[in-house]
Amino acid sequence: MSQPDVTSRGPDAAKAGSPGGSSSRWLGNTGFLVALVLIGSFYVIMLLAMLAADLTWTTPGDFIKALSSDEIQYSIRLSLMSCTVAAILSVWVAVPIGYLMSRFNFFGKGLVDAVLDIPIVLPPLVVGLSLLILFHTSAGVWVEDQFKEIFGTGITYQVPSVVLAQFMVACAFAVRTMRATFDQISVRQEDVALTLGCSRFQAFWRVTLPEARNGLITALTLAWARSLGEFGPILVFSGATRMKTEVLPTTVYLEMTTGSLEAAVAVSILMVFFAVAVLFTIRHFGSDRSLGRVI
Amino acid sequence: MIAVKNLSLEVGEFALADVSFEIPTRAYCALMGKTGCGKTTVLEAICGLRGVNSGSIRLMSREVIDLPPAARGIGFVPQDGALFSTMTVKENLGFSLDVRGRSKADVAVRVEKLAELLGIPGLLKRRVQGLSGGEKQRVALGRALAFEPDVLCLDEPLSALDDETKEGLIDLLGKVREETGVTTLHITHSLQEARSLCDMLLVMEDGQVRELPVEGKG
Repeated sequence: MSQPDVTSRGPDAAKAGSPGGSSSRWLGNTGFLVALVLIGSFYVIMLLAMLAADLTWTTPGDFIKALSSDEIQYSIRLSLMSCTVAAILSVWVAVPIGYLMSRFNFFGKGLVDAVLDIPIVLPPLVVGLSLLILFHTSAGVWVEDQFKEIFGTGITYQVPSVVLAQFMVACAFAVRTMRATFDQISVRQEDVALTLGCSRFQAFWRVTLPEARNGLITALTLAWARSLGEFGPILVFSGATRMKTEVLPTTVYLEMTTGSLEAAVAVSILMVFFAVAVLFTIRHFGSDRSLGRVI
Repeated sequence: MIAVKNLSLEVGEFALADVSFEIPTRAYCALMGKTGCGKTTVLEAICGLRGVNSGSIRLMSREVIDLPPAARGIGFVPQDGALFSTMTVKENLGFSLDVRGRSKADVAVRVEKLAELLGIPGLLKRRVQGLSGGEKQRVALGRALAFEPDVLCLDEPLSALDDETKEGLIDLLGKVREETGVTTLHITHSLQEARSLCDMLLVMEDGQVRELPVEGKG
């Protein structure tokens, strides 16, 4: 039985079937592009306007005055210290997890993958509350007692709680970055290293980890930036005590609640400066693909 | 000698059963077959990079089926070379000796010798990113030969090269064979490569390996 000829549509048929002429098509394409630009530029302009508003709200004098107060200087020091420790811990943990998730298949991998994303999707306050409850269980109290015995300070409502709260969220982002980084590194190089005399650890240490150095820097920077912006978990788990557990977001909150908007804005501008520095670092070291999966 | 006997393995849905063949010592053997027939899987199993269900793999009369890749003494060159991109050409060439704890002087002497053999003495200080396809494969070959392996496994090392570069590398592989006498298993899709280099030709078809005569070789 003969089949209907469905392949006989030549250029003429295509021309006859195309809706509208070239001018209406040009108008349609232009309209589409204009709509894209208008919607996109609204968001970009809002972002820039926010930053500009911050900058115009305060004067250099107010900025210097705010930053010279003892409380804010303590807050800056604690932020820099806690973010750095949290970021280093995050990368320390993210490298083995990212490598395992990238290179090995195992029972329950999907579940582990979902668990690793919990800090990203969980409301920040819930992270803080969960930490607080964890350290009120018998196991948590035991850990805190041991910690106190070794380091001479407790965890809850003390400086270590700030680092822990920052670490719990930042680590999830570092894990994602490291996993994306290891996914991009060909397993072939490790295979070759194994045949050349390496153990699995040597292949990882000598070949894979050096290949992952840009990803490591991106993960470290991203974890640092996430830690710097962390507020909810710290408020619940560490409290907002001046000169004790006060980090920069806490300072903004405390200054605002006491009506000192100039100081709040000055600290916000400082955080904007840190954020921009982080953004440039990530843009410089991170590949588009790894960032696309992470941010 | 490479002796594979009753090798069975599974990779996801793909399975090979009772694969057997033997390549004599110092022979240069080409393994051909359609894409996806399992050539690379067998080569990876020989190198220890893929687990097997059962069977035996003997290299120079030594059973290696339970040995890790590092202990098998095989030089492996994958299709893309897989050079270590954070290292220089010199570091790539000396890698296996460095892992074995050889002295820097020993490594330097061996690397110089290899660079002469491969025709790349001018590239030693360069990073691998800027190398051409042919140069990369020369370095990958040198890296695999550095620790003087008993067996060399090449997985389509010339497939991504232009004809002129390919000719140069075929000449080089012939020279390496002559100078080292290393027993070689070379996966290829090209009859020209096989005829130019090999004194033994294996074809993989329907999960089995059989030997074919090499035309033009007495």
